[in-house]
Amino acid sequence: MKNFNGKILFLDRSDINTDEIIPAKYLTESTKIALKPFLLEDIVLERFNPAKDIEGKSVVVARDNFGCGSSREHAPWAFEVNGINMVIASGFARIFRQNMFNCGMMAVSLEKDVIEKLFTKFAGKSTSVETDIDKMLFTFTADGLKEVIPFSISQYDLALVKAGGWVDYADQKY
Amino acid sequence: MGKTVAQKIFDAHYVDSPCSDIQVISLDAVFCHEITTPIAITDLMARGKDRIFDPSKIKAVIDHVTPAKDSKTALQGKILRDWAIRHKIKDFFDIGRNGVCHAIFPEKGFVRPGFTIIMGDSHTCTHGAFGAFAAGVGTTDLEVGILKGVCAFRYPESIKVEITGKLPKGVYAKDVILSFIATIGVNGATNKVLEFCGEVVDSMTMDQRMTLCNMAVEAGATSGICAPDMVTVEYLWQFIKDEYPSKEAALDSFSKFKADADAAYSDTIKLDVFNLQPLVTLGYKPDQVKPVSEMAGTRIDQVYIGSCTNGRLEDLEIAASILKGKKIADSVRGIVSPATPDIYSKALDKGIIKIFMDSGFCVTNPTCGACLGMSNGVLADGEVCGSTTNRNFNGRMGKGGMVHLMSPATAAASALKGEIANSELYLA
Repeated sequence: MKNFNGKILFLDRSDINTDEIIPAKYLTESTKIALKPFLLEDIVLERFNPAKDIEGKSVVVARDNFGCGSSREHAPWAFEVNGINMVIASGFARIFRQNMFNCGMMAVSLEKDVIEKLFTKFAGKSTSVETDIDKMLFTFTADGLKEVIPFSISQYDLALVKAGGWVDYADQKY
Repeated sequence: MGKTVAQKIFDAHYVDSPCSDIQVISLDAVFCHEITTPIAITDLMARGKDRIFDPSKIKAVIDHVTPAKDSKTALQGKILRDWAIRHKIKDFFDIGRNGVCHAIFPEKGFVRPGFTIIMGDSHTCTHGAFGAFAAGVGTTDLEVGILKGVCAFRYPESIKVEITGKLPKGVYAKDVILSFIATIGVNGATNKVLEFCGEVVDSMTMDQRMTLCNMAVEAGATSGICAPDMVTVEYLWQFIKDEYPSKEAALDSFSKFKADADAAYSDTIKLDVFNLQPLVTLGYKPDQVKPVSEMAGTRIDQVYIGSCTNGRLEDLEIAASILKGKKIADSVRGIVSPATPDIYSKALDKGIIKIFMDSGFCVTNPTCGACLGMSNGVLADGEVCGSTTNRNFNGRMGKGGMVHLMSPATAAASALKGEIANSELYLA
């Protein structure tokens, strides 16, 4: 199972699309690792510098409809090769969300007001999250602040995360 | 309680339900192109699982970058080509016979009412125009589809989209879908199927229905669907005439996938097109839409007519009718890419290609290239394109470029003027 703990990258926007996460011109690469330098290269977001702000982060927190647009699994891969295995947002585009779990990564939805609270309380600080996947609890901490927030993913999604993805699961079963 | 079109298709393809709201369904077709498939192929090989579930149900095409523009894209083509040969995939379309996936696969008769189809491409929803459940997926879902012929989805909930009225002259399916996306938003149909119906849909050709369903994903939808009718049967008749004694018999058979009168929809949206104007996007999201009249005068550097949204014969015919005998503005680079060799060939026979060339357009081979900024018409920083494609995302057609989505009629009129303009076909 992948690591779902670590420092948070806050992306304060809705509708972050997969072209912004990894532009199509890099889809000619035939390895995942080659995508590493280009993550979030085209994102439209003030005060965000992908060259500086991604390093050392393990989890993304964003607003609604994260990962809309293209079906490219290069989007989850570009996060994965940068050490980011989880995105927490108030909503996801269907294909992106499925791609994350299919890769044994996590795309976790929280209510809008909970996401708002996370931005208000933790954005701009050096914030970390610890994930207890069996109890389905996040513990956010920063500068003496702490917040424990429950989350929910289906047993099926959990099975994919624990199995490390959909290919082996399906090949055994169908 | 009755069922929607998508629910009837799911029920006919049930394999398993690994948890309450997830259903694994069998697939009638897996479509493949050279951008998202090669990594699935190399992963299957690395796992020692270089197998395919059924060579007759896998269709493959090289369409995104063709001819190859460099060594990397040449390698992607080669991986797909070698795999197709190795597994005896008969329906593999290489250069000379290749076209934009969502145009060429329906044209070859590979899409039928009631089918389940996946592809590693978000605009796979296009094929719902035939009354199929067709959805874009990532490389891992594609890989499993190739290997086992199954895919997992949430059991579908549908939004009924009833399109009523009569389209004004010079207003097209593209304007209808842009109007719908502006109404519901880029996230308005996430995890839902859009079931398009009503008198406007009934009177649409298959080309127009494909334009409509193509952009369902821009509202977040899993698939767009038009229930099969006699228009569908007429389009498919050349491929199915040996399977049914008559067109009526074919329609009768397809009718089992029609929605029940008491089908449960999560929402019903009515769209009256009586006063609809030609529309154009602004900004970086497909739900940011304005009437062309309000954007008129916006300078453009390039006009692109093509893609899985609007690169079919009817689209080229409409654009040519506006361009005929005229020259595009000196400041505009006009590029047209007929979506398939058959469309290209028919456009040649009808004199459409000559009209484009005489007006100053560059005619390229069928390819997806420019739409996603990969080849054949990439924008420079600060440039503006009027485009018949489906996404105006930041950087979509080239870093720093701006894309205004529009119908082929608006694109042709804008090319003539050098700025966003309504076509003479639309009399405001």
